[in-house]
Amino acid sequence: MKHTLSVLLRNRPGALSRVTGLFSGRCFNIESLCVAETFDPQISCLTVVTEGEAAIIEQITKQLHKLIDVVKVTDVSDGEFVEREMALIRVKAEAATRAEVLRIIDIFRGKVVDVSPNSYALEITGSESKIKAVIDILRPLGIREIVRTGKIAMIRAPKK
Amino acid sequence: MSKVKGSQAIINCLQEEGVDLIFGYPGGAVIELYDDLCKSDIRHVLVRHEQGAVHAADGYARSSGKVGVALLTSGPGATNGVTAIATAYCDSIPLVVLTGQVPRALIGNDAFQEVDIVGITRPCTKHNYLVNDPEDLVPVLREAFYLAASGRPGPVLIDLPKDIIASMVSFPPRKPVKMKTYQPNTVPHPNQVEKACLACLRAKRPVLYVGGGVILSNSNEELSHLARRLRIPVTMTLMGLGGFPGTDPLSLGMLGMHGSYAANMAVAKSDLLIAVGSRFDDRVTGRLDAFAPLAKIIHIDIDPTSISKNVEVDIPIVADCKLALQAMNSWLDKSPEFNPEKTAEHHRPWIEQVKEWDAKHPLAYMDAGEIIKPQYVIEKLHEFTGGDAIISTEVGQNQMWAAQFYKFNYPRRLLTSGGLGTMGYGLPAAIGAQMAFPEATVIDVAGDGSIQMNIQELATARECGAPVKIAILNNNYLGMVRQWQELFYNRHYASTTMEVTPDFVTLAQAYGAVGLRAKTKGEVEPVIREALATKNVVVMDFSIHREEGVFPMVPAGKATTEMLLV
Repeated sequence: MKHTLSVLLRNRPGALSRVTGLFSGRCFNIESLCVAETFDPQISCLTVVTEGEAAIIEQITKQLHKLIDVVKVTDVSDGEFVEREMALIRVKAEAATRAEVLRIIDIFRGKVVDVSPNSYALEITGSESKIKAVIDILRPLGIREIVRTGKIAMIRAPKK
Repeated sequence: MSKVKGSQAIINCLQEEGVDLIFGYPGGAVIELYDDLCKSDIRHVLVRHEQGAVHAADGYARSSGKVGVALLTSGPGATNGVTAIATAYCDSIPLVVLTGQVPRALIGNDAFQEVDIVGITRPCTKHNYLVNDPEDLVPVLREAFYLAASGRPGPVLIDLPKDIIASMVSFPPRKPVKMKTYQPNTVPHPNQVEKACLACLRAKRPVLYVGGGVILSNSNEELSHLARRLRIPVTMTLMGLGGFPGTDPLSLGMLGMHGSYAANMAVAKSDLLIAVGSRFDDRVTGRLDAFAPLAKIIHIDIDPTSISKNVEVDIPIVADCKLALQAMNSWLDKSPEFNPEKTAEHHRPWIEQVKEWDAKHPLAYMDAGEIIKPQYVIEKLHEFTGGDAIISTEVGQNQMWAAQFYKFNYPRRLLTSGGLGTMGYGLPAAIGAQMAFPEATVIDVAGDGSIQMNIQELATARECGAPVKIAILNNNYLGMVRQWQELFYNRHYASTTMEVTPDFVTLAQAYGAVGLRAKTKGEVEPVIREALATKNVVVMDFSIHREEGVFPMVPAGKATTEMLLV
């Protein structure tokens, strides 16, 4: 089963490689990885999507905790959470298809971020399944390039 | 705040930590530090290879319980230390390894003797640092000692750029180190302690399975008290030997691949396995699904990652072994449920069963007349040292025979590379231990193969006045691999025969040490006697039975009850 782990770690040189080295050294799988500073510039937040049985996820969580640079590890997929990913997609857009591309991206609430005589670059945000749906629908029109961020996630606040 | 030179700050920090001895090898990147170090009160032992420096610091740490310190130069100096750092990491030995680095301005430029040692050692250190700001130097040194010795101990490496060593740095007053991101849990949870105690009282066939954590946390007395009052037999891992007296009637000796018949049978039939500071290593468990299949499992360990890693645990106790065992003992002191006579009676049939197994297949070997059996040599070493020597080992058959036949009665007397299995460990580790205990008898039990991996350290031993004794069990083979080839590869001895082996007696003499040889059983005693009476470094070359094997043996991937016996 897929798990999304949120890891707070000290924002210092080498900290990220301790995390990635741990995954590769112990043959844990990284499906996607996303890392940036938090509102505290001394702390980074790393979101990693991994897959494995409960015992493997438990071991990954404990091993991450053991790293001296790691402040906190949360398995956000344990409960309710919001996840988002962004993709930049360059799609062929010639006279015949330009309007169609715009219609599609409008349906998915995306934006055009770059225009050339024969292509559009589109920005789209959402869950993994939404990104996949956009890609599937744009594919017949001719996708030139895709760049994705990987997932970020946040636990939903309690409703009471 | 007044400033001091980086090298002086390093020396001051070492002295604050009570370091009076370090092992190392100089070079361009650390020349400034050596200049000041060798004017200070700290003694420096010059080794002959950097691997030897870190192993010696490791032997010093294992035997004394203090943090060992090694100092290496940049590039090849640092990479030569890597095997020894990994050795310490696998066995959780507290070390601080200082490496020189090229000046900051050159880092990343492929400079002469530059290597990314922080990158290289990331997976084999507890933590490591590249000091990039002079103001970090002192805090990093203090943190390193704290990290190395606390929690689950381990080696910490600090990479020191040459210009940092020469720069002026602040030297703030020393305060206890506090790290937000590192707070190991040492105190056991009282509910877990109670559950564990009750399980011990109720179990009919309990076994204590003791590992290196008991040695590292100095909890052998608490453990012995618990085992004796509850009448629970004790088996030890290689790293746990000496954690409980090997000659105690409750001791089953070592378990696992070369464990005793009684130990492996007891674990297989037990209904409660109490793991203390051990980690269910594959050399202990054999085939996992057949390991202690009937047992409920209690696991005391300071490292949460060890718990339920290989074997699912029923009652985990994340704590320092010493505090956990103390808590169990005080629970028993107070509990109305505990009645020593009743418990002894309750466990009596089990103890009898275990003794029966031991009587059926004790650790043994076949006598071969005047041909020297290696086990006999170890027994004689035990006899002539009263079982009180510090024994280091190399890796392979020599290591297993030493573990099986030198009945360790005290902790910190066996120095051996258990986790990584590093050949060439024994001699430098023996030197480190001898420097910690100048009056002790320190013996490296070696094979003819492994002794050659760090034989150059004979010069170190001579130079620093460490009169270590080396007992080479010489069979002209890489014996452990040969044994596997004999059993599992149709006696195809691929690359395990050493056609050229030096004459160890004249080699010892070339280093200014004493060389002695025994070719017959009758010569064993006089050689050991003479070696122990000699104040110099002594190499004893015992020509042993060439195809002697280590038994019992559990073939790799088999259940531990499927032992090949003598």
